[in-house]
Amino acid sequence: MSVSLAADGIKDVRPPLSDADVMSLRAGDRVRISGVIYTGRDAAHGRLLPLIEEGKPLPIDVRGQIIYYTGPSPARPGDIVGSIGPTTGGRMDKYTPALLQLGLKGTLGKGARGSVVKDALRQHKAVYFGAIGGAGAVLSQFVKKLEIVAYEDLGTEAIRRLEVEAFPAIVINDCHGGDLYEDGIRQYAREAS
Amino acid sequence: MRELHVSAITDAVKKLCMEANTVLEPDMLRAFDRALGTERSPAGRQVLQILKDNAELARTKHIPYCQDTGMVIMFVELGQDVRVTGGAFGDALNEGVRQGYTEGYLRASIVRSPFDRVNTGDNTPAVVHVDVVPGSLLRIMLMAKGGGCENRSKYKMLTPADGLPGVKEWILECVRTAGPDACPPLILGVGVGGTFEKAAILSKKALFRELGTPNSDPAVDTLERELLEAANRLGIGPQGYGGDTTAFGIHILTYPCHITSLPVAVTIECHAHRHKEITL
Repeated sequence: MSVSLAADGIKDVRPPLSDADVMSLRAGDRVRISGVIYTGRDAAHGRLLPLIEEGKPLPIDVRGQIIYYTGPSPARPGDIVGSIGPTTGGRMDKYTPALLQLGLKGTLGKGARGSVVKDALRQHKAVYFGAIGGAGAVLSQFVKKLEIVAYEDLGTEAIRRLEVEAFPAIVINDCHGGDLYEDGIRQYAREAS
Repeated sequence: MRELHVSAITDAVKKLCMEANTVLEPDMLRAFDRALGTERSPAGRQVLQILKDNAELARTKHIPYCQDTGMVIMFVELGQDVRVTGGAFGDALNEGVRQGYTEGYLRASIVRSPFDRVNTGDNTPAVVHVDVVPGSLLRIMLMAKGGGCENRSKYKMLTPADGLPGVKEWILECVRTAGPDACPPLILGVGVGGTFEKAAILSKKALFRELGTPNSDPAVDTLERELLEAANRLGIGPQGYGGDTTAFGIHILTYPCHITSLPVAVTIECHAHRHKEITL
């Protein structure tokens, strides 16, 4: 299993993930991701989709993997990376189902996903993790290695291979229909007093 | 006439860009502390604490608070007795952005055309609003505006019959649709009145008021407080994980408008509210 529950109640997640791994995750679960994840956002996804539609190979093997929606700021000399927090996941909705069909098991971003993606998470057994938007300085501390693996010309939007250690995240949408955002509002919304 | 060389303007803008992205203003830090005292949700409190830690790490290690170091927006008050020398005023502002973003290891997030989407590489150009005012000073108010929250900003032309209830309802609807996507806790800049473009500009300018300070118009101040309470009853909470702190503030600016119109523009700003100003 690539998902295991630690003594502190947080689930350790180590890609590649299997269907069983994904099925063990529930909306609201706090996780720590360790190992290799890939970055990709709008422009990179815009290049991947035509390749998928034409049946051509992708520059990365997405099977079992996690794509982190982020475009880091440049590293200062001596640093591995600059600030590296999540960008809005919903903008990738158009591209996500095709990647999940190829075996991508996780996406990592912030903000709500559309029903097409939520359905695809159920159908293909995949999960949407959230990282704290706007905490890019803190999140940079969990990145241990970074290399550009595709589309270097896209600058911050290039696909990067990251090695992360105990990267903190939370399950927003699981493969059982759970949605942390909906649960949160249900729990905390108040009527006017 | 007071002469002001473009190099002084460029240097000032460069410094503002670099500082805005790594040193959060005290009003934001106070907002985190206030919310930590009232937030019921454990997940929400944890988010707020991490954001405070993030601000501290950004300041001490010179890492941008958020990787989206924004599009630069400047509101400039140019004294009518100032004569800018040595070059073009607009070029001086943009040169400051270019230097600040390249030398400050800030992200280049601007594409040269909305259609071909080729990155300009240095985060230029900025969006600049200039007012000519009496005097011989130059005041530059600068914001590094994130894209995720900007994408949730909205405009609606209401009717006079919609009135104040319509305005309230629309502003709360904007908070709801901003939801978790815009990185709450949010700050709302609201422009009411004027015209289509005037309301939008006011909604940006409203964000420069220090958080936690009252509106200078008592009636609008009451409205702001009422709306903030209502927004924080929605339950969205920090990062949308559920909680009481959906917004830190709602700032409203108004302007006279046509007898037929009730324009309302809402700029959504995230907790990475990076604003600085300087007077030369």
